[in-house]
Amino acid sequence: MITLYIVSTLFLIIVDNINMLVKNIFKLKNLKFSALILLSACIENAPLDSLSPEGPYARSIDELFWLTFWIAVVIFVIVQGALLLSVFVFKEKPDSPEPKQIHGNTKLEILWTVIPVIILAVIAVPTVRTIFDLANEPEDALKIEVIGHQWWFEYKYPDYDITTANVLVIPADKPIRLEMWSNDVLHNYWVPKLNGKRYLVPGQTTYLNLHADSPNEFWAQCGEYCGLSHSKMRGRVLSLSESDFDAWVKNQQQNANKLEGNSLAAEGQQVYLNAGCTQCHVIDGVWDVQGDRIAPNLTHFANRNVFAGAALYNNEENLSKWLANPAEIKPGTFMPNLELTEAEINALIAYLGTLK
Amino acid sequence: MTKIIEPSKQSSIFRRPSSETGIWSWITTVDHKRIGIMYGYAAFFFLLIGGLEALILRIQLSQPDNNFLTAAEYNAMFTMHGTTMIFLAIMPISAAFFNYLLPLQIGARDVAFPRLNALSFWIFIFGGAFLYSTFIFGTAGAPEGGYLAEEVGWLGSAPNGGWFGYQPNAGMKYSPGTAMDYWAIGLQILGIASLISAFNFITTIINMRTEGMRFMRMPVFTWMTFAVSFLLAFSLPIIAIALFYVTFDRKFGTTFFLTEGGGDPILWQHLFWLFGHPEVYILILPAFGIVSEVLPTFSRKPLFGYAAIVFAGFGIAFIGFGVWAHHMFASAISPVAQAGFGLSTMVIAVPTGVKIFNWLGTIWGGKLKLNTPMLFSLGFIGMFVIGGLSGVTHSIVPADTQQTDTYYVVAHFHYVLFGGALFGIFSGLYYWFPKVWGKMYNESLGKIHFWLMMIGFNLTFGPMHWLGLQGQVRRTWVYAEETNLQFWNIVVTVGAFIIALSIIVFMINWIFSKRTGEKAPFDPWDARTLEWAIPSPTPVWNFSTAPIVKSLDDFWHTKYSEDEEGRAVRREEADQILLELEEDGLNPSEHIALPNPSYFPIVLASGLPFLGYAVIYKSIPLALIGTVLLLIGGFGWGTEPLEEEIHIDSDE
Repeated sequence: MITLYIVSTLFLIIVDNINMLVKNIFKLKNLKFSALILLSACIENAPLDSLSPEGPYARSIDELFWLTFWIAVVIFVIVQGALLLSVFVFKEKPDSPEPKQIHGNTKLEILWTVIPVIILAVIAVPTVRTIFDLANEPEDALKIEVIGHQWWFEYKYPDYDITTANVLVIPADKPIRLEMWSNDVLHNYWVPKLNGKRYLVPGQTTYLNLHADSPNEFWAQCGEYCGLSHSKMRGRVLSLSESDFDAWVKNQQQNANKLEGNSLAAEGQQVYLNAGCTQCHVIDGVWDVQGDRIAPNLTHFANRNVFAGAALYNNEENLSKWLANPAEIKPGTFMPNLELTEAEINALIAYLGTLK
Repeated sequence: MTKIIEPSKQSSIFRRPSSETGIWSWITTVDHKRIGIMYGYAAFFFLLIGGLEALILRIQLSQPDNNFLTAAEYNAMFTMHGTTMIFLAIMPISAAFFNYLLPLQIGARDVAFPRLNALSFWIFIFGGAFLYSTFIFGTAGAPEGGYLAEEVGWLGSAPNGGWFGYQPNAGMKYSPGTAMDYWAIGLQILGIASLISAFNFITTIINMRTEGMRFMRMPVFTWMTFAVSFLLAFSLPIIAIALFYVTFDRKFGTTFFLTEGGGDPILWQHLFWLFGHPEVYILILPAFGIVSEVLPTFSRKPLFGYAAIVFAGFGIAFIGFGVWAHHMFASAISPVAQAGFGLSTMVIAVPTGVKIFNWLGTIWGGKLKLNTPMLFSLGFIGMFVIGGLSGVTHSIVPADTQQTDTYYVVAHFHYVLFGGALFGIFSGLYYWFPKVWGKMYNESLGKIHFWLMMIGFNLTFGPMHWLGLQGQVRRTWVYAEETNLQFWNIVVTVGAFIIALSIIVFMINWIFSKRTGEKAPFDPWDARTLEWAIPSPTPVWNFSTAPIVKSLDDFWHTKYSEDEEGRAVRREEADQILLELEEDGLNPSEHIALPNPSYFPIVLASGLPFLGYAVIYKSIPLALIGTVLLLIGGFGWGTEPLEEEIHIDSDE
């Protein structure tokens, strides 16, 4: 047993060194850079780009991908080269003799079985290590709950007692531990620049770590097909500096003020309270009874730059389109067309603008 | 010449059908060749429909935030595209090859159970028709409590839960209406067809091989048929049970996959992919078989490493049952499972690599004739290697969590199933065209088809790798303009239309060559396997006398010997042998008994859609009609007189 253990450990060490060697030989970074320039001739600034990591988790995946990619490129060139070479060299010519009838070669068979095994072992070791690295819960991580709904993501911060939607706000350069589940069907949380995907499953909790290097805005997208408006189940992740994040938390913990008087916004508040919005939407301090159907908490709606599952930017034009007929924008949505008048819509928009 | 003697004796209340020509002869046929041809045409018809659906999808995606389709229509189209291509196009087109070629390659007159063969075909037809009747009868809509701005329309009333039908989205609460029931029961019916033919082929290969046709002398295509049949036999029962669960959940209120009732949606994923991954090999192994026939023939060399290729095929089939969770790396599975399935996925690359290297070994040092079948086989190797390598990147679990559910995966499996399976199939269609129709296809049109398809295919699926890595998610009806994905999406759409053009060229070639093509000699390619040792088109009775096989590639060795250097030398008597074979093949010297046609396979099969409708609409009368048809079919089948066989005698 001990011998076996030593041998296998030695094997792993050797394989690991080969891995480093391969990395050095191909001078990963430089090659990767030039390949990117070549490929990105027509795509710039793709916000869901999985090849421009902006955090340690995504970076470890990226390194693994490029290692595999360059090994694959070498194999690709060898095999396609051999294929094309044989076609050009052995293409029938008027004077070609009948070929030798070769039935096989055992040495070759062994060779092309063993070499792939070794190459795969080179990839396997860092793969398995990264799998467990990515799964480990980081120390001192901020816990945030992500709940999937058709078709938007809800975020809860148990430490701060905050509930929000669509835009996940995190402190920059700090590990985040997402605890995720779904309220209905399967969803899949994906912030390509920060980490790979993880499903949100009804009745089970899944975990995903995020870590953003610096303050920035990232795009998120639901990866798993989740029904009619799957394509519009999007999100944003906003990483803030420590002080900005603290300020954000403080602001989020405030309730909304109940508006009095005759302003347009106050009229909008009446629309919110009377037209049916309160069946699903909560505004802390104004209406805090959550109905059966959960919809985004609107207490700090104006603080978020997107709404409707991050499918729309938060501006007056989009809001009036959305409020006039939500299903027009997100087919299958649970938000009914309340048949609001134009005046009611304008009042609501004014009111929503005050929910900072 | 030969005459066919009709027996006048009637030994039962049922007469067996006797049409030799016309529509009834096709409906009642039990001839494996005719069944193969019908399988081929039906599958090609569905391939065209699936292709049309793909073009519709590509028009929608050619612009960001496009409104050519509604979300409901888009979701129905991608679900039906996947379901059609897998279950109604590629699988049955492989079945067409199995049916036509398997008995010929092992020197048999038919499959072991000719009527079961016909039954399998008719169940496939009724299953496909049942599934597609969703466009007429099916309904779909928003999830319970959701709203739609417009009616779903007929295009949207097809199944819309994806070909993978993930639960609970494909359940009644989130996919109301009957469309997903059509999907679940349609697949159930199609599964029966595949199971029946799987057992039929296994039995045929084990029992019907001609004298001397030992296992290790069987052509590789026959070997791959054998492997695929076992894959079908072991994987289809899993999906059958899972689909019963789905149907019960949807129609009778069980909660196998519903969390609120104690069920587990991830269970569906395990069951589905435990079937679904072997299914991938069910789709690709027949193409491996075809390519392994075409490459040696057009290289004028034996297959390099015959035994290695056979065992690699079975290795792939076996390991194929141990990799299913690589479809679920982002799902709720533990890191240990991720590591395990990542490693097993890497392992399956090894036998696949062995095959590719052996194919390269086959063409290396050969004398390559670049006819259309050879071009498609060479194209197959090139494209399949790309799909295989991108497949290896999926076994890198962390990288896969970035790529899964993006267009990178779409690119990967189209390189495997289109660049792989479909290129192999086209190679086979051209290769055996002369054998089936007795005519030659048009070589220039064939080459135009190949190059158009090669260009269109790479324009369509090449950029998808890049689109996926840039974050275009699968199954999305629209993508935002800010994602900057537009340029390559237009390229992809243009590529898709070039593929469509190449298919039109193929159809023109097929139709005109079949009518006016040059008469084909019976061994136009100087080939190696038994099906080329009989006249073209294949006579009804296949072999006049059962061939006796003395070695692998026996037919080649009757034509060629080797000189001291090991080069092939045509035997002096080869031409004489071929003449005798043709003469003999057209004029059987012995008494031949062929299985009689039968009405009952189609009668029995016609009961199944009624049972399907009965479950969907919970209708007792429909259930009774279906049951009665099944009973009539079964009873007639059982009591049909067997002795009224068609006898073919020679005049001498």
